[in-house]
Formats: sequence, structure tokens, C-alpha cells
Amino acid sequence: MGDNFRWETFFDALPIVLQGLGVTVGLTFACFGFALLFGFVWIFFRRIPNKLIVSIVTWVMEFIRSTPPLVQLFFVYYALPVVPVIGVTLEPFTCAILAIGIHYSTYIGEIYRSGIESVDKGQWEASIALNFSTMDKWRRIILPQAIPPTIPMLGNYFIIMFKEVPLASIIGVTGILAMANSYGALNFAYLEPLTIVGIIFLLLSYPSSILIKKLEVKMNTRFDKNVLLEKAKKKSIPDMNLKESDRIV
Amino acid sequence: MSNVLTENKKNSVSLSTEPIVKYLDVKKSFGDTHVLKGINLEIRPGEKIAVIGPSGSGKTTIIRMLMTLEEPTSGDIIVNGKNLWKMEKNGQLVKANEKHIREVRGDIGMVFQHFNLFPHMTILENCMAAPIHVKKENKDEVRERSIKMLERVGLGTKLDFYPSQLSGGQKQRVAMARALVMRPKIMLFDEVTSALDPELVGEVLEVIRDIAENDDMAMVLVTHEMEFALDIADKVLFLDQGVIAEQGTANEVLVDSKNERVQSFLKRFRKA
Ligand SMILES: Nc1ncnc2c1ncn2[C@@H]1O[C@H](COP(=O)(O)OP(=O)(O)OP(=O)(O)O)[C@@H](O)[C@H]1O
Ligand SMILES: [Mg+2]
Repeated sequence: MGDNFRWETFFDALPIVLQGLGVTVGLTFACFGFALLFGFVWIFFRRIPNKLIVSIVTWVMEFIRSTPPLVQLFFVYYALPVVPVIGVTLEPFTCAILAIGIHYSTYIGEIYRSGIESVDKGQWEASIALNFSTMDKWRRIILPQAIPPTIPMLGNYFIIMFKEVPLASIIGVTGILAMANSYGALNFAYLEPLTIVGIIFLLLSYPSSILIKKLEVKMNTRFDKNVLLEKAKKKSIPDMNLKESDRIV
Repeated sequence: MSNVLTENKKNSVSLSTEPIVKYLDVKKSFGDTHVLKGINLEIRPGEKIAVIGPSGSGKTTIIRMLMTLEEPTSGDIIVNGKNLWKMEKNGQLVKANEKHIREVRGDIGMVFQHFNLFPHMTILENCMAAPIHVKKENKDEVRERSIKMLERVGLGTKLDFYPSQLSGGQKQRVAMARALVMRPKIMLFDEVTSALDPELVGEVLEVIRDIAENDDMAMVLVTHEMEFALDIADKVLFLDQGVIAEQGTANEVLVDSKNERVQSFLKRFRKA
């Protein structure tokens, strides 16, 4: 180390660091998917009409949220195997999904909750008046209204998790950071491979955040009269003969 | 002509038929406020009932309990001979579970003050959702019936519109069509015109009148439209301080009543 940045090293390290890209991206999707699903688990338990269960679950969520993901990662990887009875040894990749996924699922559960609470109470009442089953009420009425407005927020968490996933290199998951690290150790050159890691994160995160901003606008205006009007024009449904004068300005 | 029809309709409600709904000493409190202090009420098949009374007298609460949106504090409501809020288990009456409640309330429909249409569905989908998913009816048949119903309420040309594209009056007419395609035996209306601009009230009342004259379901209307109530109701209930203070034909309650509270209510009402 200590010498200046050299393009030669940069291009030498590039293919090696890129070998880890699949793992990093794959782990991000896996953690995110797990967090999306597990978020519903929190919601489910918190809606059980039993004060004790609700307060236990709330407390557990708070506990998970206020502990660093790194500690949780170590716990799952090193401590879980020695816990009596339930102790299991898991692959590093699986450990990372569990630890990072569960950590962020507590945030995602909160996002779901805000989405569900934003659904007008008249919608619940209409579902009762039309005699929907509990299952259909959630599936067809509540969630289709509760989730779309939260998509931008969920997207933000996707990016946050993408940036959190390199933590897993510490327990031996060979993503781009681990690859850069081992390249550095072998060749005594850390600057170039770590620069590559930085560039990769920038190249993937930045466009994603722009995409999310666009999504946000789209979700907020989903049922906006003018947006529907434009859509109708494109599809040119004969029924949609709203006049220009019907526009809301 | 509409008067003739109304008269016929009124005669067709035979007092000898078994009531389809019976309130048995139903009481309701919210915390310390006793909103309903013992309601006994019978609704016969096809009967049109208007519920009037001062604000806060419990009109909305009465019909919300029948729709199972609010649970009575004591007493129960019998629908089609079955308890609504209680069910039999091992020979005892216990609190009804979701399955029992869904079974019993299947014949009841409701139209709300604020429409409560599903914003993520077109108005045709709004009408089709419950018959298909709740009653498991044939999709094509439901579609045809829904289109007919939307045509009936004057929205046949807007089937693919979303609720956000409609005026308040149009939304309320969709809400009625949505309730009607479920073919309820009892329809509840909670001040369905009071959230509307005055110029849109008429079109909604016309639809209700049409239903009252041509369909044979029972209707309970909570309303401030006195003239309208007088016109279509077989029976008018005057609710005051949590009890049914007066009931009878529209003429008996709205014109001839000697009840002081009714008179002062109507007087205040006419001034407003
Ligand atoms: N969910 C609730 N929690 C607490 N109090 C309630 C609730 N719903 C109704 N109330 C109270 O019960 C009383 C009766 O309410 P209700 O809505 O049935 O009256 P209403 O006759 O329909 O009045 P309005 O003409 O204003 O609609 C009111 O005093 C109201 O404040
Ligand atoms: Mg009311």
C-alpha cells in the first residue's frame, strides 16, 4: 500500500471483484425478499386481538431494530449453533439472509402498517357490508390499496439493504467487498479494488434511487383523474369519452 | 303515476307476514354514553322504513348494528329467524363467530354517506367483486347483471371509469348498484344524500325512489329529506334520546303527531 493509484492494477482487479457481483446482488434480493415476507409476519402477530401477544411482538421488534445488524449477523453465525436444543449451523449465505432479512423486516413491517392505516375506514366497512371473508377483504380490498403507496419506501429499503449486504463479507460471504479484500491482501493493493467496489455501488444505487422517485410520483397519482384520462387516450377505450372540459386543473 | 305505484307498494306489505328483522331490546353504549336505551323494532319483508330524529339520537347506530359494523352492548337482532350476534353451541347461546355472522348478514346491504367505493377498481369491477368472490356466482352472469344495474342507475356509459372520475351523485348511484347486485332482502341507507352538493341530491333520490317502487326488498332509510320520507315510507320512526319516541305511517308521524319533541324537531327542521 502507500503507492499511488495505478490503472494497471485497477483493470487487473476488475474481473476479480466483479466475480462477487452476483453474490452481492443475489444476497440483496434474497434479504429483501425475506424481509418483504417476514414484514407480513410481524403485521399478522400485531393484529392478533391479544394485548400480551401484541406487546411481546412490539418489544421484540423494538429489540431487533435497536441492535446493530452486525451483532445479529455474528449471533446467527457464531452463537446460534451453540444454543441448546434449537442450535443449528447454517451456511454463511443463509445466515446473512436471516440476520439482515429479519433486521430489516421490522422496518418493512412498520411500512406495511402505515400503508394499512392509510386505507380509509370506509373501505373496511364496505367490505363488511358486502360480506367479504377476512381473507378476501385483505387480498382484494385492503392490501391492493395499502401496498402500492408504500412501494417507493420499500424501494428505498432495497437500496439501503444493498448497501448493508457487504457486512456479510465478515462471515465469509464472497460478495464484491470480500473479493476486493482478498485481492488487496494477495497483491498488497487495496485502493484500486475498493475504488471498484465504490463505483459499482454508485452505478447501481443512483439509478435505482431515480427510478424510485419516478415510481413515487406514479403511485401518488395512480387514481388521479388526469392520469387516468391520459391512459384512456393511449388505450383509446371508446367508453372513456371524458371531455377535455372534464379535466381537473 | 308514481303515487299510484307507491300506494300499491304500501298495500303489498302485509302485516301478517313474519318480520324479516327483529330488534330485541337492543342497547348500545359507547363508554359511558348510552346511545340506544332499548330498541324494539320489527321490519317486514318489503317494508320501507324512514328513520328521523335529531343529530346524535342514534339513527346511524341502529342500522350499523344490523350491518354488524357495531356490536350491541346488550340484546340481539334476529334476522330471518336467526340471532345475528349470538349463536348456538352445545345448546347454549354464545357470542357469534365470524362464520355465523357472515351467514346471517348475507341478506343485508348498505349504502353509506361517503359512498365507500373501492378506488382501485372500475365501477363495473366495484359491482362485480362481491357477487363473484363472496357469493361465488358465475362471472359472465354477474357481469351482465352488473351492467344492467349500472344502466338502471344511469351509468351504463361509464363502466370502465374509476370512482375518482365521477361526481358525488354518480358515485352514490354506483354504490347503490353495487349493493343491489348482491340482491339483498334488506337495504340500509345512511343519509346517502347528505355529503352531496345540493344539485346532485335529486338524481340520487330518484334512484332510491325507483328501487322503492319497483324492487321488493325491505329498506331502512336514515334521512333528513322529510318530504321524500313522507312520500316513500310505509313507516316512519322518530328517534330521540336513544329510544323510538314515535312511530307510525308517514302521515301519523310527520303530519299528525301530538308528540312535542316531534313537533319541535319538525319545526326546527322546516326553519333550517
Ligand atoms: N364509535 C363511536 N364512539 C363513540 N361514540 C360514538 C361512536 N359512534 C357514535 N357515537 C355517539 O353516539 C351517538 C349517536 O350517534 P349516531 O351516529 O348514531 O347519531 P345519528 O342520529 O346518526 O346522528 P347524525 O344525525 O348526526 O348522523 C352520538 O352522540 C355519537 O357521538
Ligand atoms: Mg348519522
